[in-house]
Amino acid sequence: MDELTHTSTSEHRDYVGAKLGMWLFLFTEILLFGVMFLVYSAYRDVNSSEFHEAGREMNVTMGAVNTIILLSSSLTMALSISAIKNGAKTRSILLQITTIILGTVFLVNKYVEWSDHIRHGLYPGSPDLLSMGHGKILFFGLYYVMTGIHGLHVLIGIIVIAFTAVFTFRGVVNSENFSKLENTGLYWHFVDIVWIYLFPLFYLIT
Amino acid sequence: MKVERQEGMETHTVSYRTYIFVWVALLALLGITIAAAKYYYSTYSVLINLLIASIKAFLVLIFFMHLKYEGRFLKGLVFLTIGILTSIIALTFSDVWFR
Repeated sequence: MDELTHTSTSEHRDYVGAKLGMWLFLFTEILLFGVMFLVYSAYRDVNSSEFHEAGREMNVTMGAVNTIILLSSSLTMALSISAIKNGAKTRSILLQITTIILGTVFLVNKYVEWSDHIRHGLYPGSPDLLSMGHGKILFFGLYYVMTGIHGLHVLIGIIVIAFTAVFTFRGVVNSENFSKLENTGLYWHFVDIVWIYLFPLFYLIT
Repeated sequence: MKVERQEGMETHTVSYRTYIFVWVALLALLGITIAAAKYYYSTYSVLINLLIASIKAFLVLIFFMHLKYEGRFLKGLVFLTIGILTSIIALTFSDVWFR
């Protein structure tokens, strides 16, 4: 193995290492979101009836549509990786673009939802909210923080996928060398999993 | 830039069909969880919904995130992380429930 003496086209790549690196990062993310779910669970245990009541403000249809959107975006992301492994470059790019579009629609929906809640005076620190029960205040605090941080992750994912789409177009990501896309996919699926848990806990508790 | 196929690089590409089947299963589970919450609400609803969510997460993990095709080391790490989180939650509740 004298890769070091090569001056031509050899480049050191570590497929397993790169993938492991992304997984290790995802483990930190599992703990980040995991403990937020823990806070939610603990407060819900203590304030169950108020959480139940607060949940009525949530629009189940919106939540369900957003879930379908993210599940579908995970599909298109996974398909884009199989596509590039098969050498189907254009298809892979189109699938990545579809993932970006779906992610953006998700964020737009979130914006609409949040705007609606804010218009009804349900935002952290609002006089309307503060006049309500302790449990309700906690519910909405958790709602904004958890969906907010999740939304931030979706936004970051969209930006990164935009990069991988360009890389794929330029041939940097190809059938021999697809770690960037694959690991971005791992991140995106994780973000989907977080939402899979967020949905029932905030939208289906009535 | 040509790179040699490295050790550990799975040559197995998951078929489109498999992914689409998983997606359909995920949508079906979503339908079940919504129906369970809307029409069959009971004291067990939280548990049932969390269980269904866990099945969905498991499917995403195994198929979309490729865990089914990965080595034991990585599978072990994922299992360990989930175990740690579960322990943290369980220990916290062993306190919350007795206050």
